[in-house]
Amino acid sequence: MMRRFFLIAVPYAWLLALFLVPFIIVLKISLSDTALAIPPYVPTVEWGQVREFLSQLDFENFVWLTQDDLYWKAYLSSVQIALLSTLMTLAIGYPVAYAMARAPEEWRATLMMLVILPFWTSFLIRVYAWMGILSNEGFLNQFLMWTGIISAPLTILNTNAAVYIGIVYAYLPFMILPIYATLDRMDASLIEAAEDLGCSRVSAFWLVTVPLSRNGIIAGCFLVFIPALGEFVIPSLLGGSRTLMIGKVLWEEFFNNRDWPVASAVAVILLLILIIPIVLFQRNQQKQAEAEP
Amino acid sequence: MPEKIFAPWNDPDQKPLIRFQNVTKKFGDFIAIDDLSLEIYEREFFALLGPSGCGKTTMMRMLAGFETPTSGSIELAGKNIVPVPANKRAVNMMFQSYALFPHLTVWDNIAFGLKRSKMPKDQIAARVDEMLKLTRLGKFARRKPHQISGGQRQRVALARSLAKAPKLLLLDEPLGALDAKLRQDTQFELMDIQETTGTTFVIVTHDQEEAMTVASRVAVMDEGKLIQVATPDRIYESPESVYVADFIGDVNIIEGRASKQGEDLYRVDWAEGQAPLVATSDREFSEGQTCHLAIRPEKIAISAEKPAEADNAVQGSILDIAYLGNLSTYHVELPGGMIIKAQTANTRRLSRRSFTWEDTVWLSWTATGAVLLAE
Amino acid sequence: MMRLSWFNIVSLTLGFAFLYLPILILVIFSFNESKLVTVWAGFSTRWYGELLQNEAFLNAAWVTLKVAVFSSTLATVLGTMAAYVIVRAGRFPGRTLFSGMIYAPLVMPEVITGLSLLLLFIGIGLDRGVLTIVLAHTTFSMCYVSVVVSSRLVTFDRSLEEAALDLGCSPFEAFRLVTLPIIAPAVIAGWLLAFTLSLDDLVIASFTAGPSSTTLPIKIFSAVRLGVSPEINALSSILIAIVTVGVITASLVTKRNALRQKHEEQAAARAQ
Repeated sequence: MMRRFFLIAVPYAWLLALFLVPFIIVLKISLSDTALAIPPYVPTVEWGQVREFLSQLDFENFVWLTQDDLYWKAYLSSVQIALLSTLMTLAIGYPVAYAMARAPEEWRATLMMLVILPFWTSFLIRVYAWMGILSNEGFLNQFLMWTGIISAPLTILNTNAAVYIGIVYAYLPFMILPIYATLDRMDASLIEAAEDLGCSRVSAFWLVTVPLSRNGIIAGCFLVFIPALGEFVIPSLLGGSRTLMIGKVLWEEFFNNRDWPVASAVAVILLLILIIPIVLFQRNQQKQAEAEP
Repeated sequence: MPEKIFAPWNDPDQKPLIRFQNVTKKFGDFIAIDDLSLEIYEREFFALLGPSGCGKTTMMRMLAGFETPTSGSIELAGKNIVPVPANKRAVNMMFQSYALFPHLTVWDNIAFGLKRSKMPKDQIAARVDEMLKLTRLGKFARRKPHQISGGQRQRVALARSLAKAPKLLLLDEPLGALDAKLRQDTQFELMDIQETTGTTFVIVTHDQEEAMTVASRVAVMDEGKLIQVATPDRIYESPESVYVADFIGDVNIIEGRASKQGEDLYRVDWAEGQAPLVATSDREFSEGQTCHLAIRPEKIAISAEKPAEADNAVQGSILDIAYLGNLSTYHVELPGGMIIKAQTANTRRLSRRSFTWEDTVWLSWTATGAVLLAE
Repeated sequence: MMRLSWFNIVSLTLGFAFLYLPILILVIFSFNESKLVTVWAGFSTRWYGELLQNEAFLNAAWVTLKVAVFSSTLATVLGTMAAYVIVRAGRFPGRTLFSGMIYAPLVMPEVITGLSLLLLFIGIGLDRGVLTIVLAHTTFSMCYVSVVVSSRLVTFDRSLEEAALDLGCSPFEAFRLVTLPIIAPAVIAGWLLAFTLSLDDLVIASFTAGPSSTTLPIKIFSAVRLGVSPEINALSSILIAIVTVGVITASLVTKRNALRQKHEEQAAARAQ
């Protein structure tokens, strides 16, 4: 009995102290006034005084977020960038996953390893690799000018286009893997059955393969969308000064403006936005787990 | 013949090795074991038999110490073992999945329990070698479980659970994973090993043939209760309920009303316009009580002419013949639509078989050939 | 065997080219003589030499390695415990909160995790340094470890543990002698994942690091913000080479073991 208590208590206490408590502090600070002291905030909420707490709640920082349209735009453009790049990742990832599942059996383990390999490689380095490709005198422009498609270099680096490329590139394995997993498990005789019943190859794909890989598609989309929404490294390295993403805004609010309460309020709202896709994702995973005992 | 007199359950002076007393086990609202009492004696090969979900596995897991009864007590050699944890019980178990440790060799698997008991090294080695010899596994001592066949794995599991010389060995569907041929051989091997080691065995199985073959006594269970506990021949020849009669082997059940005809003899009226049947019974039935007549197919004779001196005879036509090689089972439809199964040994060649489809035949059996049951 | 259609071959080629070309270009140009990273001026290992003399990078690498070893080891212990609790402990008060806290860090944006931990450390007056990064990394990577380990534990045949108890083991002995050796590959995979996550992390480390405890990703990030540099290319290439060798070795070993096991099982079945 002691042993069981100890086993539960240790990781529990760790997570409470280093995950839940910090988050409550963020919530608390987001309801505080800014001050130029270090730490640069004045707590307006004292813990344990619940009645006062409710009367003293200071939503000033949140009101500020609604008034300054920078934040609105940042939220909207984060959602837009995350959504569009998720769709682009799907468009690229699905054919790759499909081809992998159709590849000869002895190739598959190797192909699988090739997809996982970038995942183990530093994210920062993989994003950085694109800086040399997308810059004005970068390899892409050199190549396009050499082929004669363009005559003057295109400005790609430090624009939203570069951010899209970066997200698609960085999160492609997350899209390929779950889709490949569902396609790989699919019984090949289902396609034969569909063709036997009069489907053409293309209609068999749309009527059988795609519906059966639905779970993989949904899982892949969430796995790309959720981290893309709060992304910081990609917009700050590949994006320009006009690229608005909420992770970057939070970072700048914190490190450059030193406005901790506003940064905390941004964090709280980012989380509120994320809760919807996270809950949906969790539900989808659960449904899937129940469907396959 | 010592087997003939091995019947400690009939001897009032014998102390049981295991005693379940009013044991109930609930999982939430589900009652897995319902106020059950049972005694098992030393050196017995005791089978718990029943369909899945009847509670037989729960009984075994309570003996091993993996489940605690909700109420009641379980005694082992006179001591209540309910508060004793699994690792401190002189009871070992052979798991259905064998549960062989995949990272250890056959030798280390067998030595595993001995090492836990702080036995000196040379004694461990001697005991493991003894077990390897007993189960004919000497050649495979250095192999890992995945490097041996299913039958060999089964023997490793047996050797491992016997190594500590437990007072009681529990076997959870020990032969379930083997194919039919291997299973038969292994059944006899198990009986031999049980006899050589003198260990008390409790086996859980859903296979009635297996239970009948290996066990000294069989407990038929259903829905957490014991339906009947008896020797295999008594379970088969004199079941105490329709459930047991039906669960063990093939049987014809005819429902009717009993009326007393003489000492231990009853008349059974069972259908309009049909001659009543007669059966002996040492159970008492009141006048007109609903009863069930259970007749094993092999106790029914089949003939073209009405047999002159049969206690019971009914006429019908052959609906189906199942040819099983050594036996043939005839499905005979009686005028009321009831179907009776009769079995004959195929002592003659098929081409000289006397009956075929749609023949009208007589079925007959003696008054002692059927069992009269209340429910 | 199925034959690949043209469409599939094209998808595979383009897909993998997209995944690998950027890395390949980066590695090739790390051997470029010129300081201009986009113009090839001949083969040279000059930048590797300069890198090895760059004290700041070497210090950062050392800090990163220390943080990664400590945090991944701690995370493996805590994550394995947490996985055990999730899969085995049954019901206990606060179970929902517990599993919520295990899964939440997996989807939590790094900026939020970093920010909240920094505010905690300031709140309790803990000086930022190696210790705070280790604490932060342990917290989020233990969740990854617990996911990896619990997915193995779910398929673990419980009767193996029961057999160990039945043969006289205490519950802890059963874990040490039976469960742990069998789930070891998952625990090791969890450790490697935690190690890599710690090695790669920029955002959380930026929030929780002090001035004297700059990690390699922080160093790379501040250098890279100013633009592409051949030294960073060289550093990246080294890191990529380490990971590549590691992953390929691991997958070859796994593949060989699986093949051998299959082979032996078939042999055992034939011998029956």
